[in-house]
Amino acid sequence: MSDKEKLKAALEKKAALGNDIDLSKFDDNDDVHVQSAEEISAAGKARMEHVGIELDAENRSGSFIQADNTALVQKVKPQTPLELMNTGIAAQKYPELVEKYWWKAVSADTDKYTAITALEEENGYFIRVKAGEKIKYPLQACIFISHEQQLQRVHNVVIIEDEAELNIISGCASDPEVDKAVHLGISEFFVGKNAKLTFTMIHSWGENVAVRPRTVSIIEEGGQFISNYVCMEKVKDVQMNPVTRLVGKGAVARLNSILVAPKGSHLDIGGKAILEVPGTRAEIVARTISTGGEVVNRGTMIGQAEGVRAHLECHGLMLSNDGYISAIPQLDAFTGNAELSHEAAVGRIAPEEIEYLMARGLDEEEATSTIVRGFLNVNIEGLPESLTKKIADTLDTFTLEKGL
Amino acid sequence: MLHIENLSVAIGDKQILKNIDLHIAPGEVHVLFGPNGIGKSTLIGTVMGFERYEVLEGKIIFKGQDITHIPCYERARLGLGVMIQRPPTIRGLSLRQMLGICGASENEIEDMAGWMGLSGFLDRSVNEGFSGGELKRSELLQLMAQKPDLLLLDEPESGVDVENIALVGRAANYILQSGTCSGIGCDRPCCSPDDQNPLAASKRSGLIITHLGHILKYIPASHAHILYRGTMTCPGGDPLEVLNCISRSGYEDCVNGSCRRAQ
Repeated sequence: MSDKEKLKAALEKKAALGNDIDLSKFDDNDDVHVQSAEEISAAGKARMEHVGIELDAENRSGSFIQADNTALVQKVKPQTPLELMNTGIAAQKYPELVEKYWWKAVSADTDKYTAITALEEENGYFIRVKAGEKIKYPLQACIFISHEQQLQRVHNVVIIEDEAELNIISGCASDPEVDKAVHLGISEFFVGKNAKLTFTMIHSWGENVAVRPRTVSIIEEGGQFISNYVCMEKVKDVQMNPVTRLVGKGAVARLNSILVAPKGSHLDIGGKAILEVPGTRAEIVARTISTGGEVVNRGTMIGQAEGVRAHLECHGLMLSNDGYISAIPQLDAFTGNAELSHEAAVGRIAPEEIEYLMARGLDEEEATSTIVRGFLNVNIEGLPESLTKKIADTLDTFTLEKGL
Repeated sequence: MLHIENLSVAIGDKQILKNIDLHIAPGEVHVLFGPNGIGKSTLIGTVMGFERYEVLEGKIIFKGQDITHIPCYERARLGLGVMIQRPPTIRGLSLRQMLGICGASENEIEDMAGWMGLSGFLDRSVNEGFSGGELKRSELLQLMAQKPDLLLLDEPESGVDVENIALVGRAANYILQSGTCSGIGCDRPCCSPDDQNPLAASKRSGLIITHLGHILKYIPASHAHILYRGTMTCPGGDPLEVLNCISRSGYEDCVNGSCRRAQ
């Protein structure tokens, strides 16, 4: 069977986790619905800003905007040693890189979502930072859906060469006018020796959008990978279980997620770290809140080599009696000398915590929102201050709106 | 300042306090003795308005206002400040933020935390991993920031090592003096038990539960009560004499008259 035939066969392959999506019900085409970023509706632009995208891109080393399946902006700040372009264009320009990196971290036949993305023309971003270059400003990448019933395919390839550094803010959003759509986002991250990649993904999708990211990151010797995921607004269905492979001695990964599931949201979010060589370390920290929605929070640590250390922490807060939170930590040790641990807790806010703050003068609502904010206060490295503030503001509005 | 009239309190189906009367005038510091599990914490919790305590009858008047049925935070805003025995941890809320909530300014926070030996704790989550003594100091630090008119302390010295008892005592006194002595570490005139000068009269009021009475060396307590079998006895006795009487004869004898004879 040729590769293409294999992929075609994989189009029928259901994913290991998550509800199956019938992709035939969506518009799988590359029609251009908006010609430029300026054409995006005001409400859409507001959503983009909300997920950390600066429209003037002043404090960004580079800016990439894709609407539906069309790249609208692929711009690098002058004199910045950084390559940023559409993945399809990069594939034509650098066939040798395609050979080395394309679909080498993520198998194209993983499931129907990877298969369809691999078969069609390639959208998404290609980013490369050459060895030793440390990029000061964050790069922003916005993946936007403007069209109802859109099937959006994204294939991202990020190469951070040895000793290089980059901070990426990836904001994904749909136009508030869009009700139903599907986003398929495949990302392959390659972090070289002693290189560092900080990747922050913020989602703000429509209420009936289904989202299937597929991410595998490969971290070489001494490399650092910090991944942050924030999803606080109602979205129909997100399922992802990104994998981080620590393949070089001393490689480190830290994966944080902040998830809020309002009624109607279904989030199945995981994180898997595979510690393949001695002396690698990983940490997963997840904070999940249900205000009526469903969250399945998976975390898996796989220790395959001597002297690896990994810690997993998933804490869930139930703010409603209707919701559902399932914390599923998993630790697999394949050697006697692997130090793997986890800490998981799910519950409501303890009444004595609320009362304690009330005895200091906060009313019940203020006390509750203070506790919720504290709960979500994970030290997120790599977020610009404006974005940290935005998350705090969202939390404030969120807690006030819910009348907590 | 505080008038408790005929107060009866239950937790769930169980009545804990029966027909309690207590009057604390401005500037008075009252001490509450009594065996474990008798309801001393219930009394303080009821005055503060904690939800688990149900008032069956009676009234609590604070600064002329009937507070029997108003929520806890309104009582705090009116000037009640409480130190509970086992404060919970609030993950992700730093002690610094908590002191801000209590009403302290940035400068006050640094100074006060320095006095209490808690400068290194300001950016840690409130109470997370604090030792027994650190919890007490943190509670007093919060009250220092809150500046209450009536201080309710539930066993301020339990779990505190000998070395830190003086610090806890002085901190409580500092709050009672409405922060007028020149600093928590100062030796006179209001802070030192070793000084020839007597303790300065309190400017604020207090109600303090203590078992061993160590703290009495540091604060100008004026009245003592024994809570025994659900009711208040021995009202108004001198705190140190009452403490001596309890140590000598036990609660039972003390309540039955030896306490009064000692007066």
